[in-house]
Amino acid sequence: MELYINMVLLTLLAAVTVAIIRQRNLFGVVVLAGAYSFLMASVMLVLDAVDVAMTEASVGAGVSTVFFLATLHLTRSMELKPAPRFLVPAGFSILLVVILIYGTFDLPAFGLATAPVHVHVAPHYISQSIPETTVPNVVTSVLGSYRGFDTLGETTVVFTAALGVLLLLRRRRRSSDQSSEKDATE
Amino acid sequence: MRLDLILRITTKLILPFIIVFALYVHFHADFGPGGGFQAGVIIAGMFILYAIIFGNFAARQVVPQPVAEAMVPLGVIIFATAGLPALMFNENYLNYNVLASHPEHGQHLGLIWIEAGVIITVAGSMLSIFYALVERGR
Repeated sequence: MELYINMVLLTLLAAVTVAIIRQRNLFGVVVLAGAYSFLMASVMLVLDAVDVAMTEASVGAGVSTVFFLATLHLTRSMELKPAPRFLVPAGFSILLVVILIYGTFDLPAFGLATAPVHVHVAPHYISQSIPETTVPNVVTSVLGSYRGFDTLGETTVVFTAALGVLLLLRRRRRSSDQSSEKDATE
Repeated sequence: MRLDLILRITTKLILPFIIVFALYVHFHADFGPGGGFQAGVIIAGMFILYAIIFGNFAARQVVPQPVAEAMVPLGVIIFATAGLPALMFNENYLNYNVLASHPEHGQHLGLIWIEAGVIITVAGSMLSIFYALVERGR
């Protein structure tokens, strides 16, 4: 059953991706990207990664769609015509895909229990989370209790990123407002 | 959307449920899925929905722009202070065992504490970026 759900979801993902590539109207692209995020959240849900699914649904399908729409309000909503010379970008993309696929050959098989990531600290987290922290949700105890310093760093990254975006977006206020108004009208 | 009655009434009905769900995601994070990041995004989404339906001016009266921008560093500060009690008791930074009389209670309290910080930072960032985008559009 899970296999069929995955097949349907991944087929829909591929269809949405093709639609995004073919769509020239950016408004449609934003809506399709929201649908893509929602399908991705469903895939994560099938993979039992509920926390990731929740993040994808709220950030990918929710807030970022609003941000994209607000950005479209500031810019044009039609994509520019593609450049006539496409051989170099196409060749570069194909090369990148080949390199990435070559890289996957060294990855352990999907779901392999003896993969390096599953034998290092993960068994300790899974077996000791309840005795050590009494927190049943291992994701939360790893994020907060075991790796709290990492999460503090991540929160600082969110702070820094927001700071950068706000510095770019906010209009500069000069000491004399009249001169800036004059600049705007000229 | 001043006259869109159905959207306005539906939004009014749905807003309290969104905020209760966000608080559930926050306070229930040690038992169920979710956490501060998701709850922060949901709270920001609620205010953004309010701003879309009832107008930017109404949203700015609920959460003024300086408040949203002050929330961004405030959350990091709240998160960082969660580790200070452990330092006073000669433990590792961000060890929550010392926060309550029982280490287990301390762990749960510590998680809620740090995730409150994450919520405030994330919700503040999302909301202030939205405000900045809208302000730029006028």
